[in-house]
Amino acid sequence: MRVLRIFIRNFRDSLRSVFRNFSLSIASITCITITLILVSLSIVISANLYHFTKNLEEELTIIVYLDEDVDSAKEQQIEAAIKDMDSYEFLEFKSKEEWKAEMQATSSELSATLEYLDTNPLLDSITVKVLDIKDLAKSAEYIRGLDGVKSAKYGEDTVDKIIFIFDVMEKATVVIVLALILVTAFLISNTIKLTIFSRRNEIEIMRLVGTRNIVIRQPFIIEGFILGVIGSIIPIIITVYGYIIFYDHFDGYLFSHMVELIKPTDLIWIVSLIIMIIGGIVGMFGSSRAVRKYLKI
Amino acid sequence: MKFIEIKNCSKIYKNGVTAIANLDLEIKKGEFVFIIGTTASGKSTLIKMLYREEKPTKGEVMVGGINVGKLRNGKVYKLRRKIGVVFQDFKLLPKLSVYENVAFGLETIGMKASEIKPKVLNALERVGLKSKVRAFPRELSGGEQQRVCIARAIVNEPKLLICDEPTGNLDPDTSKEIMKVIDSINKDLGTTVVMATHDKDIVNRMKKRVVTIDSGIKISDVEKGGYKVHESA
Repeated sequence: MRVLRIFIRNFRDSLRSVFRNFSLSIASITCITITLILVSLSIVISANLYHFTKNLEEELTIIVYLDEDVDSAKEQQIEAAIKDMDSYEFLEFKSKEEWKAEMQATSSELSATLEYLDTNPLLDSITVKVLDIKDLAKSAEYIRGLDGVKSAKYGEDTVDKIIFIFDVMEKATVVIVLALILVTAFLISNTIKLTIFSRRNEIEIMRLVGTRNIVIRQPFIIEGFILGVIGSIIPIIITVYGYIIFYDHFDGYLFSHMVELIKPTDLIWIVSLIIMIIGGIVGMFGSSRAVRKYLKI
Repeated sequence: MKFIEIKNCSKIYKNGVTAIANLDLEIKKGEFVFIIGTTASGKSTLIKMLYREEKPTKGEVMVGGINVGKLRNGKVYKLRRKIGVVFQDFKLLPKLSVYENVAFGLETIGMKASEIKPKVLNALERVGLKSKVRAFPRELSGGEQQRVCIARAIVNEPKLLICDEPTGNLDPDTSKEIMKVIDSINKDLGTTVVMATHDKDIVNRMKKRVVTIDSGIKISDVEKGGYKVHESA
């Protein structure tokens, strides 16, 4: 009960302090708000990039064409070698007869042409899916080296460019978010520093009357948390309404049907929660830095 | 029965200044002791060591059975709850009322409001300010503000009351009133009082034990002494 009483009292004091040093609090909250809007934007972009990459991964495969003279036993050997790869996810064999039937089904002219030929000019193939699209090039290279393999293709140039761009964007996003979080923590630390100075008499009296150090520090940490959480309100509103409007405006697809956006319900609540947690934690981190540095007990 | 025991204690600050040198001092429970000396004589450092604002560089400072020098930062609160401190500059919180100022310390240690109220009213009654519970510090005279400060120091019934120049900002008549309050706390509650002061009139009139410090060294320790005695000492 005593601990709860102290916590409630400190929470009340922290709230009071936020309003007592209103201009200072507003400055911190504004900085947190701007940072968290950018953090939210980064998370939304990253999540959609990840979603797009995953969709791409579902579709990207390596088509392996086998030499004309590969028999069933040799084909089995090639399949076994492919399954041995670390990046292997699954494979599907399609014989040249199946290819022929499929092609004949799609066009009558093609069907007539293929019927006209004495031998089937098509090749047996194996469609290979890998776990991570980053492994496509390496896996294709390995398969090309297998005996009995004529070619292994996956649309090299395009895929390599997409992977590179996504990789750069992902890393840049992480760096930007981390930098912004550090700047915010520093700003909160500065606000709390000034709060500590403005309450130095109170702190001195608390020390003199035998208040425990943890109880003296607690209001400042809570104040940082409150500033962080208040600073997350506007970014959350922007995330929720902004993303819904954005999603509806583009009908769930960006540029073409190839880039499908994540449904708002699957994204906005979790991003809002993350933003609020980041706000709170960054607030507490910033204030504990100030408390460690400036609150000499 | 000894309440404060200082043995061969020295305090040397980081800048090399020796504030206290090889000091020995014993103060019994319930005693009233003046610590006098010129500016920079070391009396404030001695006072600060009693409530562990400063740690001795050498020797031992025991207060109420607690070895102050060996007390870790996280445990200082245990000592402070046994001590009340009164300063020259009052250190009242301007946005809190008289009642809230006195209750402040008890609230921060998590005491129930129902326990706080009688303690605060008792303390204010003792210093003669029960009628001003709702007033704010700016509405009080210097003497009244100092009395609030004393009420805050004694509200948790400390065993030791430390006063650092409590009359330094007050006129002679108000100083007399404040000394009466402190004397009654000492006599009625049995609280040990250690007071650093420059005020010759008070020291001469009160006829209490007087410890004189000069350059960190105890130069005299006289029962029922006075300032004049020590000027010649």
